[in-house]
Amino acid sequence: MKIKMLAAASALALLSAPAVAQDKAVKIGFITTLSGPQAIIGNDMKNSVELALDHLGRKMGGLPVEVIYEDDSFKPDVGKQKSEKLVQQDKVNFVSGYIWSNVLLASLKSVTDDGDTILVGANAGPSQIAGELCNKNFFTTSWQNDQTTMAMGEKLNKAGVKKVYLMAPNYAAGKDMLAGVRRSYKGEVMGEDLTKWPDQLDFSAELAKIQAAKPDAVFVFYPGAAGVQFLTQYSQAGLKGKIPLYTAFTIDATTLPQQKDLALGVLGAQTWVNDLPNDANKKFVADFKKKHGTYPSFYGQQSYDAIMLINSAVVGLKGDLSNKDKIRAELKKANFTSTRGPFKFNTNNFPIQNVYIQETVKDSDGNLTLKTVETIMTDFKDPYHEKCPMK
Amino acid sequence: MDPQLTLYLIQALNGLQLGLLMFLLAAGLTLTFGIMDLVNLAHGSLYMMGAYFAATFISLTDSFLLGALLALIASLVLGIAVEVIVMRRLYRRDHLDHVLATFGLILFFNELVRAFWGPAGLTIAVPSWLAHSVQLMPGVIYSAYRLAIIAVGLLVALFLAWLVTRTRTGMWIRAGASNRTMIGALGVNVQLLFTLVFGLGSVLAALAGLMAAPIVTVQIGMGDNILILAFVIIVIGGIGSIKGAFIAAMTVGMIDTFGRAFLPELLKLFLSNSAASTAAPALSSMMIYLLMAGILVWRPTGLFGARS
Amino acid sequence: MLDVNALRNPRVMITLLLLIAAVLVPFFAGNFLVSFGSRIIIWTIAAISLNVILGYGGMVSFGHAAYLGIGGYAVGIMAHHGINSGFLQWPVAMLASALWALAVGALSMRTRGVYFIMITLAFAQLIYFVGVGLEAYGGDDGLTIYKRSEFAGILSLKNRATFYWTCFVLMLGVFYLCHRLVQSRFGMVLQGSKSNDLRMRALGFPTTRYRLTAFTLAGAMCGLAGALLANQTDFISPAMMHWTASGDLIVIVVLGGMGTLFGPLYGAIAFFVLEESLKPLIDWVRPGWGDYWRLLFGPLLVMVALYARGGLDSLFERAARPRHG
Repeated sequence: MKIKMLAAASALALLSAPAVAQDKAVKIGFITTLSGPQAIIGNDMKNSVELALDHLGRKMGGLPVEVIYEDDSFKPDVGKQKSEKLVQQDKVNFVSGYIWSNVLLASLKSVTDDGDTILVGANAGPSQIAGELCNKNFFTTSWQNDQTTMAMGEKLNKAGVKKVYLMAPNYAAGKDMLAGVRRSYKGEVMGEDLTKWPDQLDFSAELAKIQAAKPDAVFVFYPGAAGVQFLTQYSQAGLKGKIPLYTAFTIDATTLPQQKDLALGVLGAQTWVNDLPNDANKKFVADFKKKHGTYPSFYGQQSYDAIMLINSAVVGLKGDLSNKDKIRAELKKANFTSTRGPFKFNTNNFPIQNVYIQETVKDSDGNLTLKTVETIMTDFKDPYHEKCPMK
Repeated sequence: MDPQLTLYLIQALNGLQLGLLMFLLAAGLTLTFGIMDLVNLAHGSLYMMGAYFAATFISLTDSFLLGALLALIASLVLGIAVEVIVMRRLYRRDHLDHVLATFGLILFFNELVRAFWGPAGLTIAVPSWLAHSVQLMPGVIYSAYRLAIIAVGLLVALFLAWLVTRTRTGMWIRAGASNRTMIGALGVNVQLLFTLVFGLGSVLAALAGLMAAPIVTVQIGMGDNILILAFVIIVIGGIGSIKGAFIAAMTVGMIDTFGRAFLPELLKLFLSNSAASTAAPALSSMMIYLLMAGILVWRPTGLFGARS
Repeated sequence: MLDVNALRNPRVMITLLLLIAAVLVPFFAGNFLVSFGSRIIIWTIAAISLNVILGYGGMVSFGHAAYLGIGGYAVGIMAHHGINSGFLQWPVAMLASALWALAVGALSMRTRGVYFIMITLAFAQLIYFVGVGLEAYGGDDGLTIYKRSEFAGILSLKNRATFYWTCFVLMLGVFYLCHRLVQSRFGMVLQGSKSNDLRMRALGFPTTRYRLTAFTLAGAMCGLAGALLANQTDFISPAMMHWTASGDLIVIVVLGGMGTLFGPLYGAIAFFVLEESLKPLIDWVRPGWGDYWRLLFGPLLVMVALYARGGLDSLFERAARPRHG
């Protein structure tokens, strides 16, 4: 009896909650890491979002835009809490950002299911969301984890690497990345180490194993600050120059200032490089450099694209965000000019795109930067879309 | 030389280096704990502050040694300040108050660093004269910087052994660890002794922090997780015992390194590839705590503990 | 049952007003506040359980978050395998936590003082790393719970308000249990052994057995809080058993007032409200500085340890003293 009363009362409470008028401004919640060592990534993303807003005149389809930034502190549980706050308290129209696969996986349900809010991912691309957990409310302007490293596996085949050693941190993305290499690489995997994430920063035991195994090449995935430590210790162990190093998401514009010459000549796979010769990209890179004095990173580029994608939907609907089906349909068209050139969505709302091989070089001013050396994959789809029930 | 043997040798060096680094941190902790009966969770903050001071002074002076020396002096001053402002008031309180107050200090120091140095963390480059690797034996190549950590760690261990067993200060420290009221009776200025021991502990923590920094970089909260390991070490060794801390630190260093190096292969015999890769690092961390729980059940005051 | 004179005691007044306000929360607050309230209530339950052993029993457990984790994982793992009935999930969560607490307690009671603090921490770290190593249940990344516990259609925990009231009623139950426990002979022995274990033993009480029972009971209560927490966040991860979470629990208990019935409630409210409000508060005084709220919160804890031994509870009592002479 009492419980029924409670239920009735609660239904009343829900009904009496005032309907929220959503047509006064476009509200976007942006989750990223703004504290701790990985904040360099978060700041780059924030800078790029701000640049995108500048380019749009801070308006989408005639409506003013408000972006609320939240810090996930690099932790799944905190990211989830913040996502819930954005959806329930701030009542945003879109949630975007997410660097880390585990943070995204933890937050997904709060945003897309409980909150029925559209999430435009700007970095993390865990295999689950591309496959069985794919969601009509989830779009991403980045990639699926395996996509990039499958391309790297191809590169290893092409380079004639017979025996490779793999290393990555032990979390959702790390496992996906190594699975991607294994999927396309045809040679022998001599060893594989998953290291504690994020608190293991001393790789001496693993590097000693690599030294003893003597592979033809080493592949690693160490995003953000961890990439700085890895390259430093790789060189301290006397491995640099002896065993060629291949990477994914380990060397980028945020880490180069600290990796310095240690990164020179190291190859990486990426879906975007700052020298891609399309006009949207030229404008983005030039204005970013003008404003911040550094090259933007791929994290920034994906965030910039996410805002531009959201803008395309708002403009397409002339600012009327009342119908979620229409928003989703509009987003799905990907009717925007991506800084990476060709871009369209697959059935699972992950991009179909090219993957490039990049190399660290010095630009004309003597600054370290990344350069495209090869287009390894064209119009490449991730392998999980077949598992996604959406058509 | 047999490559497998080479690998064991290098991993043993890695374990030794990790163990010595943790010994530096644990030594200061066990001294303050033993003599003042003080549970100091903020010891890890001094480790972090040492690294941040070093990063700042090294970039200011352009010299690793000079910068490190200045950082140690700054840490000594900071340690004494913390003792005078907070710790002094805690000695007569129970352990729970220590935990609460020093937990608060951790939050404070982490935030202070963020406000002062920014959230991104800093790096210290390995000094150029140590940024190479050394051939110890045919096939055994090892980083010169890590060798330097081993050397410094051993020197400090010898110095502490001498201090505790051969000097008058050491006698008071030992006396204090086994019977606190006795040192007061000996006519020692207890307050001054406490301050000095706390200062020494702070310097040792800072030394560990600044030596680890070129390997793991300087970050907010870098002391929080390693602090728990340091506590495990001093509890295994017996609170107040430098000898116990040394033996426990070596054991923990070796277990951690060899666990990381060989457990994945071992587990792959029973488990799938991915399950083994996930379980191995967790299991090697668990082994340390299992060891500690086992030792405490067997000897409730640790290996060389004087009193409960 | 309630003595009218008791109402003049400000502690009782404050608690009564708090509880009445708490019942009404879902009627006037938005979704976010209701969630926030549920979180406070759940942590209150966990803190009550720690208070039983720490406040009344004098056992400083620095690994209490482990039971929160075990309770949460019991629910998460069962949900993952399609067992959604709360009638099954919650008892299993409590039982698993109780069993682990029994084992930990039995081994830890051999040690005293700071070794006790550390051995409880060690066992908690052990469980933490078990969570990290559970590849099938997400390992370090944790596990999303897609369906909350179901109670045969009687209760729908998906509804925020229902969930809130469920937690609230359970909290009242745990309070009552704790109250009865402390007043009983069992509670007297427990408190007696805190102040002088030797004397209690000399009086013929097998105090270790009493202490162990309390430890196990506290584990079960905290397991219930863990089951609730898993339902509230729809997510479990090893982070909920990290040693800093155990530290937070100690802070809540001490902040509220150790060994007092309603201390855990005051502590949890103060802790979470401070956490949520210090940032905007500082931002309001000095824009842009809110991010550094822990610069104030840290020293606040130091002050509590140094000068406010009785926690908030004694503060309320002190506030009353002038009037009553």
